[in-house]
Amino acid sequence: MRHVLLALLLALAWASVPAREAPPAAADPALEARLHKLSTELRCLVCQNETLADSRADLANDLRREIRDMMKAGKSDREITEFLVARYGDFVLYRPPVKSTTLLLWGGPFALLALGIVIWFVLLRRRARRVEAAPLTAEEQRLAAALLDSDPARKTP
Amino acid sequence: MTRFVIPLVVFAVLVGFLFVGLRLKPSEVPSPLIDKPAPAFQLTQLHKPGERFGVTDMKGKVWLLNVWASWCVSCREEHPLLMELAKESGVPIVGLNYKDQRENAVQWLARFGNPYALSVVDAEGRTGIDFGVYGVPETFLIDRDGVIRYKQIGPLTREAWQQHILPLVKKLSA
Repeated sequence: MRHVLLALLLALAWASVPAREAPPAAADPALEARLHKLSTELRCLVCQNETLADSRADLANDLRREIRDMMKAGKSDREITEFLVARYGDFVLYRPPVKSTTLLLWGGPFALLALGIVIWFVLLRRRARRVEAAPLTAEEQRLAAALLDSDPARKTP
Repeated sequence: MTRFVIPLVVFAVLVGFLFVGLRLKPSEVPSPLIDKPAPAFQLTQLHKPGERFGVTDMKGKVWLLNVWASWCVSCREEHPLLMELAKESGVPIVGLNYKDQRENAVQWLARFGNPYALSVVDAEGRTGIDFGVYGVPETFLIDRDGVIRYKQIGPLTREAWQQHILPLVKKLSA
């Protein structure tokens, strides 16, 4: 029993020795963080619904390398984005700029919303008018009352 | 009456959208480099590692830059057409050997035939990035002044050659 306890204690002692820290993925974590942030805004051309940060495509690796080099060279995020847009077009941006060609993209949802509101409004007004438009005449009122009164189930106690 | 017309119109619009949308090729991203000067490069040649080649060496010629690699499956698909064009079209084809191993590339050409006037080596893929390459093979038509006039994404097809590239070649060579 004593041996087992000793062995357990030793094992615990061994476990508490801190594991050697993994080598950092890159020399400069701040730069990597900046790279990651920027590349989540950029589209991978190969798998078009993935960001450059997420994609494991070969080209995405190369582009990240390229961006990393440019960052090391002191280029701003804006300059790097311009570099990519010059080569791959606005398509690389997940947030395309507002231009004549992207007007429908940016304005479309709002235009549809406005259209929906207009249709909704028109329908509501039409319905309101329809309800108003059919009041019973005095004759019909009388008839309805007579019918209701003649119903044996509705006889007042 | 409108009760029937409105759904019909909505349906027609939907069909219209689908008709156009399903025929679009979202994998083909229009290049911003069309009608812009081809990015400058100076790369070593595949068969003559001691010699370099750049866009300016083709000044005065209408030519094709074909991005290829020995690992690229679709390159096999367009290869027979390239061979034919090299023989018959009179348009020089320069190969950009993209992210490849030199010996593999040389072997590939020896095995299937070499349609290229020469190939240059872009081992790191940097020149490819400058050209906005994202899917090998890609082919660029470059005019006498070194301006990119057309880009084919994916394998070159006879259809693309006859409908788009050949008319442009004729126009640019005139």
